[in-house]
Amino acid sequence: MTRRRAALFVRTAVLAGLVGLLEICCRTGIIDPLTVIPPSDMFASMIDHLRSGELDESIVNTFSTILLAFVLAVGGGTLAGALVHRSPRLRDVADPLLASYYSVPTFIFYPLLVALLGLGKAPLVVLGVLSAAPAVMISTLSGLDGVSPVLLKLARVHRLSPARTLWWIVLPAALPRLFSGFKLALSYALIGVIAGEFILSGTGLGYAISFAYQSFDNRAMYGLMLFVLLVAVTANGILYVWEGWLARRRSRG
Amino acid sequence: MSAAAVSAQSHIALGGVERHYDGPPAIHALGPIDLEIGRGEFFSVVGPSGCGKSTLLDVLCGLVRPTRGSVRFEGRELHGEIPDGIGVVFQEDASMPWLNVRQNVAFGLRTSGLQQKEVAERVDHAVHFMGLAQFAGHYPAQLSGGMRQRVCIARTLVLRPRLILLDEPFGALDQQTRLLMGDELLRLWRETGATVLLITHALDEAAMLSDRVGVMSARPGRFIDIMETGWPRDRDSRIVSDPKFGGLTARLWSSLREESLKSMGQAA
Repeated sequence: MTRRRAALFVRTAVLAGLVGLLEICCRTGIIDPLTVIPPSDMFASMIDHLRSGELDESIVNTFSTILLAFVLAVGGGTLAGALVHRSPRLRDVADPLLASYYSVPTFIFYPLLVALLGLGKAPLVVLGVLSAAPAVMISTLSGLDGVSPVLLKLARVHRLSPARTLWWIVLPAALPRLFSGFKLALSYALIGVIAGEFILSGTGLGYAISFAYQSFDNRAMYGLMLFVLLVAVTANGILYVWEGWLARRRSRG
Repeated sequence: MSAAAVSAQSHIALGGVERHYDGPPAIHALGPIDLEIGRGEFFSVVGPSGCGKSTLLDVLCGLVRPTRGSVRFEGRELHGEIPDGIGVVFQEDASMPWLNVRQNVAFGLRTSGLQQKEVAERVDHAVHFMGLAQFAGHYPAQLSGGMRQRVCIARTLVLRPRLILLDEPFGALDQQTRLLMGDELLRLWRETGATVLLITHALDEAAMLSDRVGVMSARPGRFIDIMETGWPRDRDSRIVSDPKFGGLTARLWSSLREESLKSMGQAA
């Protein structure tokens, strides 16, 4: 068994063990079912809610908002990172701000966003972008810093245009670090949007979880939480596998 | 008869070339340099660290514009542009880790406008010529330092350059590999008929490979000696056992010693 497979096996076994333990604790009454329901009931609740179709609109709303925030964060963050990278003066200004950015809880801007943008999708997208874009910007700066100067020299010797230099050399060279930023951006966009829906929205999965919580509907709440969790893990897993494939291709030795 | 004597026609010529860098502190890095290299000649440049060897190469390939003087390639004056017909191999590993050997070699032809078949033929030839056929599908991380440098040379080779500039391409390799790579370089030079300018810090490498060796002074780099080796065109690393080889290397060192001390701040 390869090291990677062994690690995957151990991870899966640990997770399955924890889920099994929670199931036993809930079923035997060690954990009060009013506090946490058994994982099998969470799964059944998730399937019931998905089958009923009552969440279709919320699912579409939430994931389209996350996708929009992610795309804007990736596009804006990459562009901003590239611009800052080109200007040493801008870099001097931006570096300390980026380093301390995540110490600022962006949710404190919630009243301002509601006042400016209302209670629709826009403030949620802005929250998602505010959460995710700096991660992309930081990874873009790091990726561009890591492009070997000799490759840029090579581009000049081959008389490549700036667009071809970017497409054929800079982006592939910076891709591993860019990818780390994209992965983080997806997580941050998801957290930003779902958390925003908790406090800002009258629709979406975050709102549905919040509503179930306030209605003491544990079964619905845990079912929806599990659904969000599975989607987040699956999306990140796809990026993780893709990133791993790229990294392995470069470091096979 | 030496190759230098055969090549009477000047392929690349530098006249009064100087390179200054604005400060602070302002640096006079190079020159004035006057040099003519014949078509098909193998010319090496040695000099103390920081004397401007790499700046000279950058000027020659058009990456850097000279502050004063002129550079002529095949009779045409360069004005800071990178001319067609020049291939460059750098000291650093310039293989692209996201491309396999074949793709790395073919990279040189992406903008050539050649037919796919012609591209494949040139890549096949370069890959075989540099002994990389078995590794065509490998990625750089799977190759040794010497093989990666061969990939870079093959990428230059597919362009069929008339002038090949090499900036200490074997600097990171062990002595045995360097000797063998030197043999491959000589074979490449003979078979392509290209003019070669090699920047190196290794005196034995310069003495073994070259028709002529230019010795540069400490900064600002100027040629203080140009030595003709007199080797036949058909040569390889076995000439290191020729009694004349030791004499050539000794002469290079005697020219270079004082300049090296100067560059270390210990002028004799």
